[in-house]
Amino acid sequence: MSGAFRIPGAGRLKQAKAARFSFDGQAYAGVEGDTLASALLANGVHLVGRSFKYHRPRGFLSAGAEEPNALVQVTRDAARKTPNVRATVQELYDGLAAQSQNRWPSLAFDVGAVNDIASPFFSAGFYYKTFMWPKAAWKNLYEPKIRAAAGLGVSPDQPDPDHYAARFAHCDVLVLGGGAAGIAAALAAAESGASVMLADEQAEFGGSLRFETGARIDGQDGFAWAQGAIAKLKAMSNVRVLSRTTAFGYYAQNFVGLVERVSDHLQNPGRDLARERLWQVRAKRVVLATGAIERHMVFADNDRPGIMLASAARTYLNHYGVAVGKNVGVYTANDSAYAAAIDLKKAGVNIAAIVDLRDNPTGPVIDEARALGIEINFGRAVVRAGGKLRVTSMTVQPKNGGGERTIPVDAILMSAGWTPSVHLFSQSRGKVAFNDETKRFVPGTYAQDCVSVGACNGTDGLSATIDEAYAAGAKAARDAGAKAAKGTKPKVDAGESWSRGMLGAAPGAGPDTTVKAFVDFQNDVTAKDIRQAVHEGMHSIEHVKRFTTNGMATDQGKTSNMHGLAIAAETLGKPIPQVGLTTFRAPYTPVTFGSIVGHARGPLFDPTRKTAIHPWAEAQGAVFEDVGQWKRAWYFPKGGEDMHAAVDRECVGVRKTAGLFDASTLGKIEVVGPDAAKFMELLYTNPWEKLEPGRCRYGIMLREDGFIYDDGVVGRLAPDRFHVTTTTGGAPRVMNHMEDYLQTEFPHLNVWLSSITEQWAVIAVQGPKSRDIIAPLVEGIDMSDEALPHMSVREGKICGVPTRLFRMSFTGERGFEVNVPADYGQAVWEVLWAEGQKHGAVAYGTETMHVLRAEKGYIIVGQDTDGTVTPNDAGLDWAVGKKKADFVGIRGLARPDLVAKGRKQLVGLKTKDPKVVLEEGAQIVADPKQAIPMKMIGHVTSSYWSENCGRSIALALVAGGRDRMGETLYVPMPNGVIEVEVTGMVFFDEKGERLNG
Amino acid sequence: MLLIRCPYCEEERPELEFRNAGEAHIARSTNMAGESDDDFEKFFFIRSNPKGVIYERWRHMHGCARFFNAVRDTVTDKFIMTYKAGEPKPSKLPKNSNEVVAK
Ligand SMILES: [Zn+2]
Repeated sequence: MSGAFRIPGAGRLKQAKAARFSFDGQAYAGVEGDTLASALLANGVHLVGRSFKYHRPRGFLSAGAEEPNALVQVTRDAARKTPNVRATVQELYDGLAAQSQNRWPSLAFDVGAVNDIASPFFSAGFYYKTFMWPKAAWKNLYEPKIRAAAGLGVSPDQPDPDHYAARFAHCDVLVLGGGAAGIAAALAAAESGASVMLADEQAEFGGSLRFETGARIDGQDGFAWAQGAIAKLKAMSNVRVLSRTTAFGYYAQNFVGLVERVSDHLQNPGRDLARERLWQVRAKRVVLATGAIERHMVFADNDRPGIMLASAARTYLNHYGVAVGKNVGVYTANDSAYAAAIDLKKAGVNIAAIVDLRDNPTGPVIDEARALGIEINFGRAVVRAGGKLRVTSMTVQPKNGGGERTIPVDAILMSAGWTPSVHLFSQSRGKVAFNDETKRFVPGTYAQDCVSVGACNGTDGLSATIDEAYAAGAKAARDAGAKAAKGTKPKVDAGESWSRGMLGAAPGAGPDTTVKAFVDFQNDVTAKDIRQAVHEGMHSIEHVKRFTTNGMATDQGKTSNMHGLAIAAETLGKPIPQVGLTTFRAPYTPVTFGSIVGHARGPLFDPTRKTAIHPWAEAQGAVFEDVGQWKRAWYFPKGGEDMHAAVDRECVGVRKTAGLFDASTLGKIEVVGPDAAKFMELLYTNPWEKLEPGRCRYGIMLREDGFIYDDGVVGRLAPDRFHVTTTTGGAPRVMNHMEDYLQTEFPHLNVWLSSITEQWAVIAVQGPKSRDIIAPLVEGIDMSDEALPHMSVREGKICGVPTRLFRMSFTGERGFEVNVPADYGQAVWEVLWAEGQKHGAVAYGTETMHVLRAEKGYIIVGQDTDGTVTPNDAGLDWAVGKKKADFVGIRGLARPDLVAKGRKQLVGLKTKDPKVVLEEGAQIVADPKQAIPMKMIGHVTSSYWSENCGRSIALALVAGGRDRMGETLYVPMPNGVIEVEVTGMVFFDEKGERLNG
Repeated sequence: MLLIRCPYCEEERPELEFRNAGEAHIARSTNMAGESDDDFEKFFFIRSNPKGVIYERWRHMHGCARFFNAVRDTVTDKFIMTYKAGEPKPSKLPKNSNEVVAK
C-alpha cells in the first residue's frame, strides 16, 4: 500500500508500480508518478521543513514550482547532495533519500525555534539595524553565526560528478507553458508548418487540467485531451516537445534560456545521461502561456503544516489520488476553493466548513457545494489556526468582529484568487498594466516579439483561453513566415472559470494586530513586517522588498508579490498602480551552476597549451609553471635539487658553457606586404624602413597614450616580410591591436597579418658554446660573426628541416633562437640537446631565463612595466625614432605628465647586505624614520638571487630614479627596514662583451 | 545574448562571435604629432557614453575577424543597424521595426 491517505480509484497513477523512499531516515512507500510531496502526503506527512528565520514548522503550500516551504535535500551519494529541492517538483524514484533542512537536532524539535518566541527582535530590517555595530563584529561574529543558523540547505563538499549538456536551438514559435493555452497555441502554430518548440516545467503536460475535473475538450476529459494533443505534436517533424523543462530567463531579441531536467527523476541515471540540459533558444516569435498562481489567504498562523492552496489539494486528489486530510476546512475569497471542497467531498473526505469572506456570492459551484451538504459561512474570516506541527483547528469570526467559533480540522485549503504569472513577460522588458476591475497586473506594453495567452494574460475561462491561444499560435506562425493554419481549433465542451478574490491581509490580520500572518513563507515575511517597513520610511516597493526581503531570493514573489504590494499600498494610502510592482528577476526558479557551466569545466573551460617540446621537458622531470594558458618548464631539478639549487646551477651553466631553453610560447606575427615596413613604422616606435633584410631590431609598441604596450625582437626576412615576436601573454592582444589599426586607421596600407605562434617551435641556445652546438647541424647559413652578427636572421636548414635562425640574446651571452616548424620541434630539440651534451650544456627553464635577463637589465613588459611606463621611464628612449613623423603613441608621449620631471624610472637596486633578496612588489621610501603613512617613491618590480653575481639583484620603478644613482633608499618590511643602493640596471658584463664571447 | 549582423559576412551571428571595440567615428588625426593637448584629450579620453543611440565599433572576432560599425540603443540593447568600417556615419536611421506592439 502506498500510504493511508491514498484514495482507491482517485487520481491517475498506476498503483502497481511501487517506489520506496525515505525522508529523514524514515522509510515510506509511494508509487511511480508521485512527486516527493504527493508521496509524503499519501503517508500523512505534512511537516517537511523549518522556516528560514523563525524556524517555524512548515508543510506543503502548493503542488508545483511556486512552493516556498517544502525545500528538502535530496542525497544520491556523497557528491550528489542537492539542497533546496522543491518536494512538490521532485519526482519520486525507487530508493530516493530526502532530508529536511534548517533544523537541529530534529525536524520536530528544533532549537532554532526559539527565534519564533524571540520574534519581536527579528522583525523587518532587524539584521540591518542590529548587527552593524560594532563594525568588526559583523564579519567575525554575527555573519558566521547568522549564516549557520539561517541556511537553506547544505552544499555538497565534493566536485559535482554529473555532467550537463547544452543545446542551441532556433525555431519559428517557442511556446512556454504546456497547459490548455500552450497546447492550443502549439497546435495552431505546428499545423501551419512552422517549426515549434513547446516546453513545460512539469513531467506531464496539462497545467491546470491536472486538477480541473470540470474541463472537457473535443469530447474528452481535459487532461486526456492534453495527452492526446501532446502525442500528436510529438509525432510532427516540425515540433519539439520538452517536458520537465523550465524557461528561467527571457533575454534580448527573443533569446530564452531553458533548463531541461534530464535525469533527476531516474533511479539510476547512468553515466551517459546528462543531469540537466541547458537550451538556449532563439525564437522568431514567443508565446507565453505561463498560467496563473493561486494566492494564499493572509491570516494569523497561516503557515501551519496542513494549510495549503486549494488548487494544490485538488491536484493531490485528482492527479495523485491523495487526500490532504480527513477533516478539511476551507477558507476562501473566491469560487475556486469550492471546486476543491466539492472534489474532496465526493471522494469521501469530510469538509468541516467553508469560510467565505464574501457576503453573498452566488453561482453553480456554491449551489453544488450546498447540495452536497457542505457547511458554508459567508462574510466570515478565519482569524487564527491552531496546532503546532500540524494544523488542528481554525477559529472563525464574522469579518467585522463578533463571537469566535473554533472548528477542529486537520487541513485548511485556502484561495485568495489567482495571480497571472507575468515573470517571463516582465523579464522580456514588457511593461505590465494594472487592471483595476480585476485587481491584477497583466501584460501591457510588449518590448519583444511575444504574445501572452490564457491565464497569464488575465484571460478567464477555458473557452476564451483556447480561442485566444489558438489564434495567437496561428498568428505567431504566420508572422514567422509560415502558411495559414490548416488544423481545427479544439472545441471546449465544458470548462471552469475562476472569479476574482482579494489582495492583502484578511480581517484579523489588519494594522491593529500583531499576529504572524505570513505574506512570504520562504523569507518569513508577515503583513506586520511590510507595514513596519512603510512606517520606517520605505515608501518605494523596491525598498520595501529589500528591507523585508519579501519576494526575494529563489521565490521571486510567486505567491507573495501581490499581497505584499497591497499591504504596502494600503499602509501608504495609495492605489496599487501608484506603488508599482517590483522587478521580476531571472531565474524564474533556481538554476544549477552545473547547467550554466555545462561542459566548460577544468581544461575545457581554460584550455592548457603545451609546446611541441613539452613531452621532452616532462620526461626530464621539469617543474612547470602556468603562464597564461601555457605550461612552461620552470626549472629542471637534478638529483633532489630544490628550486634554488636548480636555478643556480642552470644560471651558471648557461654563462659557463651553454643552455637550451624552450621559447616556443613567444607570440609570433608575420607582417607581410608591399607596405609592411610602413606599417611597422606606424605600429612601433622604432624606425624600420632602413633595416636591412636579414637584420633584427628590438621593437617597442605603444598605445596611443604613450605607454608601453608590448615589446619583442623583430627580424626582417625580406623587404616585404617581417617576423615579429611578442611577449608570451601579449600575442592575442597585439594581433588585435595591429588588426584594428590596419583595418580602421591605415586601411590604405597593403599588408597582411598572420599569427604564426603555433607554427614555429623556438629553441633558444645561449652561452659561449652556443655556436659550437648549432653549427654542425646547420645547412646553408654562414655561422661566422661576420656573416651572422648579433641581431640578425637567416633562413636555411637545421637537421634537414627549414629554419629561421635568429642570432639574438635574452641572456647577454652569444645566443641563437632556432625557429623550426612546430611538428619538428621536439626532434630538433633532441638533436641539439645531444650535441649540447658534448659541451656540457644545460636545459633551463623560465626562472633561469628571468634571472639571466635581469642580470643584464632586460625588462619584461608586464612585470617591470605596468601600463603607466613610457620608453623613457624604462630607459629605452634610444628605441624611439626621433625623426619619425608618426607612430602610434607619438602624441601621447608629448603629454605634459609624460614629460614632467620626477616620473618613476626603472633603475637597479643592490641591497646593502648582498644576501638579502628583496620581495617583488615591496614599496620603497627615501626616509624610513618618517611618520606613517610614509611617502612611497617606488616599488620593486623584479628581484632574484644571482649566483653569477654572487649577490641579490633587483629592478625597481623609483621616482626620479636615474637622478638617484648611488643614493641609499629603504624598503620597509614587517621584519625591519632593508637598505638598498640605487644602481644602473646592468649587473653583469656591463660592457656587453659576452654577446660575441 | 544578442544577434549581431556582420556587414561583411552579411549574416546575423550570436554575440559570442563578436567583441565590442568602443565608440565609432573617432578618427585618428593624419597629423597626430601636431595635435593640441585639447584635441588629443578629445580624441583619446572623451567618449559620449549616451543613454540611447550609440555608434560603436565591433569586431567579428570568431568569424571574418573584420572590424565594423554598429548603431545600438544602450537602453534596449537593440542593434538598429550595422555597416562597414570606413563608411560614413548614417544620417538617417531605419525605423525600429519591433519597438512597441500596442496591446
Ligand atoms: Zn563577419
